[in-house]
Parts: sequence; structure tokens; C-alpha cells
Amino acid sequence: MIFSFEIPLLLLLLVTAAGAILVKDLISAVLLLGSYSFFLALVWAWLGAVDVAFVEAVVGAGLGTVLFLLTLFGTAPKDTRLRRPPPSLVTLIVFPLLGVLLLFTANDLPEFGDPNSPASVHISPTYIEQSYQETHTLNVVTSVLMDYRSLDTMGETVVIFAAGIACALLLRRNA
Amino acid sequence: MKTFLFCVLVLLAILIGAYLYRVLQGPTIFDRLLGHNGISTKAIILLLVIGIYFERVDMFIDISIGYALLNLVGALALAKYLEQKETL
Repeated sequence: MIFSFEIPLLLLLLVTAAGAILVKDLISAVLLLGSYSFFLALVWAWLGAVDVAFVEAVVGAGLGTVLFLLTLFGTAPKDTRLRRPPPSLVTLIVFPLLGVLLLFTANDLPEFGDPNSPASVHISPTYIEQSYQETHTLNVVTSVLMDYRSLDTMGETVVIFAAGIACALLLRRNA
Repeated sequence: MKTFLFCVLVLLAILIGAYLYRVLQGPTIFDRLLGHNGISTKAIILLLVIGIYFERVDMFIDISIGYALLNLVGALALAKYLEQKETL
């Protein structure tokens, strides 16, 4: 297929991201960020990463919007920095170079869905073949997250728990 | 059938562009809010069409239900915010 469906989705992503930066009204910026998350989730779903799409929809479009609105309750709804300073010379030189460098390295990445890419030959076959014998869990993803990478998952959970407590403390009423 | 579904996907993306114009340009917040809601409903339908396109619609139905619920939560939060700002 010559024309792939990612292109319109990525165009919509770019438009919403630029709009969220350029718009003056902060509520509109929150709305645009919500649309941005929707489009990002659509891109994930189109590429087959359904679980990532679900997380993006829940956290980005749902929780993100609500948290931004709760923040706006306590602050002014207008962007007071209406006149932004022009980007410095270093920014204008370094960031396009960085973009070119990233595009250059992206050339060497394996093709999408390539069965011989390092990610699908190194450890995934071991997980798929042996996870039931080793962990007695029917779901491979659960066994990877909760058994093989259990310490990693515990660290993540601690970080998310701390962030949740911090949000609750910051956003409570009558503080 | 695949070609037809692909055409539906592209047409829906173009329709989303029309809503996006309203969100970006809309003179008042309510225009933007309505545009955002339209985008969300189109995104739900787009997700279902993607599911049918990949012939795995059972998994995508779950996500689109989640989308729809979260969309409601977001709209409610915004309505609450606007109501509160009115009284301040």
C-alpha cells in the first residue's frame, strides 16, 4: 500500500500540538491537548498497540484533561505571557540539527512488523515458550510484568503512588 | 471490502479536520467544546472501523467504550469548570 493511513493521523497530531502551543486561551489549549491524546491513541491503535492506545486514552484524554482543569481552577485562565520572546540563535541551530540526526538514525530502525528485528528474536520467544512452565500464569503479558520484571513494576508502582499522593495533596480543597 | 473500509477511514479523518478547524478557530469556548465533542465521537467511530479493518473488532470495542466514558467525564469536568467560573 503506497498511501498509509498514519499520514493523516500524524498531520492531525501536528496541527493539534501546534494549536495547543499557539492558542491564547488556556481552556482551549486543554481541549486541544485532549484531541491530541485522542489522535495519538488512534495512531497506537492503527499500529496494533491496543493496550498502549487504551492507556493513552485513559491517561491523556481522560485524566489529563481533568487534572489540567483542576489546575485552572486555582490559576488564571488566560496565558499572561502573550508576547513570547523570539527563539534564540542556539535554539534555531541546535534543534533542526537534532531533528536531522534523529531522522538519520531512524533510517536504521527495523521495518514495522519485521519478524527478524532484535526485539522479536532476542527474548520474546523465550517468554512465549517458557512463561507458563516457569510462572504458571496463563497471560504472557501478566507473567512478564509481574514475574520477570516484578522489581521494575514495583518501582513504577511506587513512583505512580507518590505522584498520586502529591497530586491529591496539591489539589485538595481548603488547603 | 478492505478498500471500502480504508476509504471510510480517510473520509472520517477528513471530517475530523473539519471539526478541528472549529476547535482551533472557534470564537468562544463553547464552539471549541462542541468541536472537541465531535472529534471524540468521530474518534470512537474511527477506532471501531480500524477494528473491523483488522478483523479484531472485539478488542477495539472495549477501548471505544472506554473512550466514550472518558469523553463524558471530560465534558462534565469542563461543564463544572465553566459553572464555577460563572459564579466567581
